[in-house]
Amino acid sequence: MKILVCISQVPDTTSKINFIEDNKAFDNQGITYVINPNDEFGLTKSIKLQQQEQAEVVVASVGDASADAILRKCLAIGADRAVRIDTLPQDGLYVAHQLASFAAEEAFDLIITGRESIDYNGGMVGAMLAELLQIPFVTNCIYLEKKGAEIHLEREIDGGKEKLKGEFPLVIGAQKGLVEEKDLIIPNMRGIMQARQKPLTIRAAEELAASSSTLYYEKPPAKGPVKLVDPENLDALIDLLQNEANAL
Amino acid sequence: MSVLVYIESQDQQIKKSSLEVAAYGRAVADAMDTSLIAVTFGLADSDLLSHYGVDKVCNVQTEGAAYFNLSRHSSTLARVASEEEATVLIVSGSANGRYLGPAVAMKFEATYFSNVIGLPLSFAPLKVKRSCFTNKAFSYSTSHKEKVVLSLAANTYGIFEKKGNMDQVTVQYAPNASTLEVVSEEKSTQQVSIADAEIVVSGGRGLKGPENWHLIEDLAAVLGAATACSKPVSDMGWRPHSEHVGQTGKPVASNLYIAIGVSGAIQHLAGINSSKIKVIINNDPEAPFFKAADYGVVGDAFEVVPVLIEKLKTLKGN
Repeated sequence: MKILVCISQVPDTTSKINFIEDNKAFDNQGITYVINPNDEFGLTKSIKLQQQEQAEVVVASVGDASADAILRKCLAIGADRAVRIDTLPQDGLYVAHQLASFAAEEAFDLIITGRESIDYNGGMVGAMLAELLQIPFVTNCIYLEKKGAEIHLEREIDGGKEKLKGEFPLVIGAQKGLVEEKDLIIPNMRGIMQARQKPLTIRAAEELAASSSTLYYEKPPAKGPVKLVDPENLDALIDLLQNEANAL
Repeated sequence: MSVLVYIESQDQQIKKSSLEVAAYGRAVADAMDTSLIAVTFGLADSDLLSHYGVDKVCNVQTEGAAYFNLSRHSSTLARVASEEEATVLIVSGSANGRYLGPAVAMKFEATYFSNVIGLPLSFAPLKVKRSCFTNKAFSYSTSHKEKVVLSLAANTYGIFEKKGNMDQVTVQYAPNASTLEVVSEEKSTQQVSIADAEIVVSGGRGLKGPENWHLIEDLAAVLGAATACSKPVSDMGWRPHSEHVGQTGKPVASNLYIAIGVSGAIQHLAGINSSKIKVIINNDPEAPFFKAADYGVVGDAFEVVPVLIEKLKTLKGN
């Protein structure tokens, strides 16, 4: 069994978001980059499968040399090798094309992306990768178990979940629930040392034109101050919600 | 040229988020001076769509297929979009809408934009505003392709009626090209899902333990609201993960979001920022949530919430 986990580096979840260059670029100053949380749930699942099924785990990221630290961290967590496709991500389709051209060269049984990245929130790379490779896709994936040749999966839907059955090859969009928060692996010293010996290959990117561009960014307008209501006078709260906010 | 909207239904009822998509599609079609075509799947009666400005509805005959099928739905939509010479295809921000959007965009050779807010700012080339950085920012993006698929951010546009004549046609469901098969669906016992709820009541660590969740459930019940929780609460196993709202959990875009005993970590606030009105009840006046809320009560949840429930019961009783 061979697994590809697609990794995107994103600003840490506590980051304050700012823009520079007339709001045309993201301000990196003071930002710590981490593995996209949805990708990390997927990576952790792949390490479980590596242990249970002797799967080989390959991680790949589309990015410049700044992505190497994140890939090394994936290797320290337990991935067997890493591939960086050497180009800056333009948009979701561009990233999907770059990953597909790599994935097409190796016979992966399972390809894992996060359901979305927490920075651009495109939520499209997994679905597009699956379309490009002509294999099935399950997003918001909260369960995956291999039972012989059959793969049992669950997809979170609005107000519940859906149980599915399929076979490899498959692409899934991982999220919390595929593994638990407590299952996430913090690399230990041994893992970090081993990661230095594991291969991190740099792969040349395909020449592609982007199908969309981000022109500029904007931050939400500053919020007005909170209106405080006396806990002894909750009628005032109900009145505000009913008559000022029209929310009841 | 035409504008196409994907209409989602549940138990033979058109979902509210799809009526919003229809109203939005009407405005897009007006701006482009073209017609609005809706596509329904396995829906026996689609007359309601004529109240929301739909010119023509294509009812896909799913022949009893019980579940959403990504392969069949996306192939059918892409085929109808080509036949109708659509240049804009719109889906809602529901779980199925966001599942379908990028797959249809590939089959339809269109650019895909998710989390779209408001009408496109221009049409040639198409330029949209979308939310990104988990509601901490917006981006203005443009497509270099002629055709686009848009996923509308939930509860951001509104539902507007426009009655008119509507043609109805029946179209065939595309064959299955996937080895994937849906076996069953499990709906939670909650009456309303977080995605579809007008009001969401959410509890944090301040509630001290799962045994106190009746406060959240009772308040939600009287308001007809969905229940939710903060990340620590789901991590500690007090509540299921499906209730976790925030950056790595579910996004919330309700009309009213009531947080009880939630401190308001930046990740939580990002996830609920799209809600229109935010209320916080917390005994710590320094809790960051007070900076993000519209209304706040500094008080003990165990005293405030039961009183609030009683007052709302009286109000709703009248």
